[in-house]
Amino acid sequence: MRLSKAWLIARRDFKVFRRQKNIWYSIIIFPIIISVLFPTIIEFAGRSGRGLLSAANLPNLLDSFSFFIVIGAAYIPLGIASYSIVGEKIEKSLEPLLATPLTDGEILLGKAIAAMLPTLAAMYAGAAVFMVGIDAVTFGKLGYYYFPNWTFGVLLLVLVPVAVVMSVLYSIIVSSRVNDARSANSYGILIFLPFMAIYFASEIRIISLDITGFLIIAGILSAIDIALYFVSTAAFQREEILTKWK
Amino acid sequence: MSSRILVTIVIDAENLTKNFGNLTAVEDLTLHVDEGEVFGFLGPNGAGKTTTVRMLCCLISKTSGSAKVGGYEIGNKEDSLKIRKIIGLVPDNVGLSEHLTAYDNLDFYGKIYDCTDAERKENIRRFLDMLGLWDKRNVLAGTLSKGMKQKLAIARALIHDPDVLFMDEPTANLDPESATTVREFILELKKEKKTIFLNTHNLDEAQRICDKIAILNTKLVVMGTPDYLEQAVKGRKTVITLEQTSDKILNALSKLSLKNLEHKNHTLSFDVADPESQNWKVVEAIVLAGGHVTTVDVVGSTLEDVYLKLVRESE
Repeated sequence: MRLSKAWLIARRDFKVFRRQKNIWYSIIIFPIIISVLFPTIIEFAGRSGRGLLSAANLPNLLDSFSFFIVIGAAYIPLGIASYSIVGEKIEKSLEPLLATPLTDGEILLGKAIAAMLPTLAAMYAGAAVFMVGIDAVTFGKLGYYYFPNWTFGVLLLVLVPVAVVMSVLYSIIVSSRVNDARSANSYGILIFLPFMAIYFASEIRIISLDITGFLIIAGILSAIDIALYFVSTAAFQREEILTKWK
Repeated sequence: MSSRILVTIVIDAENLTKNFGNLTAVEDLTLHVDEGEVFGFLGPNGAGKTTTVRMLCCLISKTSGSAKVGGYEIGNKEDSLKIRKIIGLVPDNVGLSEHLTAYDNLDFYGKIYDCTDAERKENIRRFLDMLGLWDKRNVLAGTLSKGMKQKLAIARALIHDPDVLFMDEPTANLDPESATTVREFILELKKEKKTIFLNTHNLDEAQRICDKIAILNTKLVVMGTPDYLEQAVKGRKTVITLEQTSDKILNALSKLSLKNLEHKNHTLSFDVADPESQNWKVVEAIVLAGGHVTTVDVVGSTLEDVYLKLVRESE
């Protein structure tokens, strides 16, 4: 496995993405929503004067909001990876690529990098704005800056990458079975289910969104990632692509 | 950049077979292609031509048999990578990255093959110039015409200066002018001693540019030079037009035991295996019988006749 070759694939995909407005939208919308919407909600809820946001309630609420960054990290790669592979299927550009001395693994890794890096960049940028925004609107109530903290650090550095990998691998599998990006996105939506389940479980106090909770969730998702890796590498093989992919 | 091939036979397949489940796509294919040869691979749709190319390019596995490309064994993992370094493939669908410019498409492939910056620049310029696309280098591939896309796909397959070029229907759906450009380009490549494996439906094209032709219909039907194939099917006819026919002339010809002699108006036709050694005897007999010959033509058994006859026989 030559990383330089995988990086070539990723750079080529970045060039293609630069000309695709729909991919740009899918990358930037979610971070903007998270980084602008949540601080705004807190600001206006705080002004309502109904005592909805007491200093005691705020940390739980902020941790719940933080989890949407993980959901975003799972959402963004769906559009990128689906387009990256389904787009190649539509353009029938995989066959000449497969006829080069690249290995299947290098091509797959390149595609994965092309979906992961913009996602991580967008979500980390969104998370930075989110932290600043939240701190700005909660400092008066809490008397200290809530972010950054260790829980949020574990979320960003452990849970987000694991969620991104899961989404990319899942998208590759889905993309091998469908012929257009819209279908890929429709099936891809299923990736939300486990994350929404975690969120609602936290709301009814089955799971707590603290460092321990995040590490347990990351462990489970990592196990799923490993299973998805084997399925996706089995799907992404030359003969499979040329003879069995739809 | 090019890896030198020391063997004369560049593509050598022995009993190559590919099954997809219960379906046999290619059966017991044995063929060889010499260095610098343009090899025409003909056959009806579904005959296994693309499957054969994909096996030889190490894109799909073989079921049985063996094949070497440039001396490397297909099916062997290490050799497969070496084969893919010395070949270029022009697939039946051009498969360009439509959101990249013509230049970027070629540059990307040059990098994959580890061409240096100088080699990439030189080869991109050279092939785009040869194919009349240099002025379009900064145009998105998706906006090029079908003919231009096809030419760009050929340039892409050549960017690393491969020894062997596989082309799957390179002139299909092209207008006559673009098809001629591509054919002329193939002949230019032949001058550079490149070995070209050409899948085509176009019999005229095969006859004009191929040194050797094979007809496939799951199994190999026949292989040889275009001239050999024409002669292999003894279907050539001599057609002689006379000013006037007479019983005397017909009696004289009947003594020559000509096969399938037909007489219609003032035209005589008969099958002939070797026109050069036989026709003068016929003309002499007509003249001695008092006839006046207007024209003598040898017709029939074009490559198309051979193709249709052999494919039908193989079904």
